[in-house]
Amino acid sequence: MKQLKEKHPLAIRWFHWINFPVLMLMIWSGLLIYWANDIYRIGWGKTTLFRFFPDSFYKALNVPFRLAEGMSLHFVFMWLFVINGVLYMAYTFLSGEWRYLLPNRHSFREAWQVTLHDLGLRKTEPPVRKYNGAQRIAYTAVLLMGIGSLLTGLAIYKPTQLAWLTQLLGGYEAARAQHFVLTIGYVLFFVVHVLQVARAGWNNFRSMIAGFEVVDTPAPQASTAPAADRPAPSSI
Amino acid sequence: MANTPQNPSSPPDEQVQREAASRSRRAFLVAGAAALASLGGWRWLVSQPKEAGIPRPLRTVLDANGKLAGEYFSNAHLAPVFPKHLVREPRVNGKIGMRGEFDPAAWRLQVSAYADPKQVRTFSLEDIKALPRVEITTELKCIEGWSVVVNWAGARFSDFADKYGLATSNGAATATSADALAPYVRVTTPDNAYYVGLDIASAMHPQTLLCYEMNGEPLSITHGAPLRLAMPVKYGIKYLKRIGTIQFLDQRPADYWADRGYDWNAGH
Repeated sequence: MKQLKEKHPLAIRWFHWINFPVLMLMIWSGLLIYWANDIYRIGWGKTTLFRFFPDSFYKALNVPFRLAEGMSLHFVFMWLFVINGVLYMAYTFLSGEWRYLLPNRHSFREAWQVTLHDLGLRKTEPPVRKYNGAQRIAYTAVLLMGIGSLLTGLAIYKPTQLAWLTQLLGGYEAARAQHFVLTIGYVLFFVVHVLQVARAGWNNFRSMIAGFEVVDTPAPQASTAPAADRPAPSSI
Repeated sequence: MANTPQNPSSPPDEQVQREAASRSRRAFLVAGAAALASLGGWRWLVSQPKEAGIPRPLRTVLDANGKLAGEYFSNAHLAPVFPKHLVREPRVNGKIGMRGEFDPAAWRLQVSAYADPKQVRTFSLEDIKALPRVEITTELKCIEGWSVVVNWAGARFSDFADKYGLATSNGAATATSADALAPYVRVTTPDNAYYVGLDIASAMHPQTLLCYEMNGEPLSITHGAPLRLAMPVKYGIKYLKRIGTIQFLDQRPADYWADRGYDWNAGH
């Protein structure tokens, strides 16, 4: 029989969907800024495997010569990013939602099982809860990355007034590189996240908008397991 | 309501589906409205009249950021210094205000003091060099994102202002209160083609120099001979080369790059 099961509290849904366009805008304005000194690459010595970024990429997105615009957007929307992030964290920790979010001692083994399963290398489905081990690790990591972006961003925004922070991160150029790597991290997270949401299907996606999932439950006397341990689509 | 003897409290599946559909509809309507509202907000933002190259609300927030940073600003917050062997020759990035014939020997610095703005006082390079010589090796940070360690030598801007009573409303060496100090400084090249605006706190910061030597050599023409600003509390765009005039002002002066969309404060 079917049942509605509450999954994501309203506040978390708002935080999630506010963060999405704001982070996009931060990445976009960051790209406009980065273009003016685009020194990072993957490679060694004189060998470059990949340059961040090829000229064709900039051209296709109309990035060149928009540094001032990028900086103005970045230093305005940083407020929304930080305020939304702080409220999200405060809510998560005060409401007890952190219990579903933070990895526990099972999460790393479970994350490995999830990864093997999702890559088609393992048949048995991992136990599915609100967030499986892989999700807990990924979502907590992206939360820590947000804190990292704030700190490395402050370090390159006010490297004299916050010199202690900039020095702690290894200096101005190191902090800039870290800020960039974190941004690439968001993009990679985003790609996997969207693929996993698409895989998990409508019921799961809807829960991030409407808050509930429709779950099939066996007749009550047939099961003594708490609802939280029953199968539901997995996603990252 | 109850239709199954096993579970009298559970509603039937179709009722669950109906509730799911109605809650979904409501949630998606709210989501759609929120998405449209934020799109509308974005459209509004980018269509606002521009103030110095960027939509006015963005400019307002940048200026508020500058004010907020000013609250935390302190002469005790110093830019890190580096050992001299790390210095490199910085790129010559700006030529604005540096064009045309220029004779460094005939150069004089023209200053309008806060106490008597109408009277222009002139100073020679010897006057600046007579002030205590200060050497700092700091990172020059370009607004483009690169940085380079440079050794600067010159006189503290604050020593210059104090000695000649330039920044105070009564012409005294030091201000008795913050109100007695000019809030802003304008610095321009002799041809006025390049100009920077500074808040007084940044201008009077102990690491802000009227600089005449770079990496152990007298300034070259392309790096701003005979006198330039070197101030690690700002981006390189404020390190004005070939200083022509300095004015102490009540009103926030224009700034070359702030007129072109950049943050007026551009402070570190």
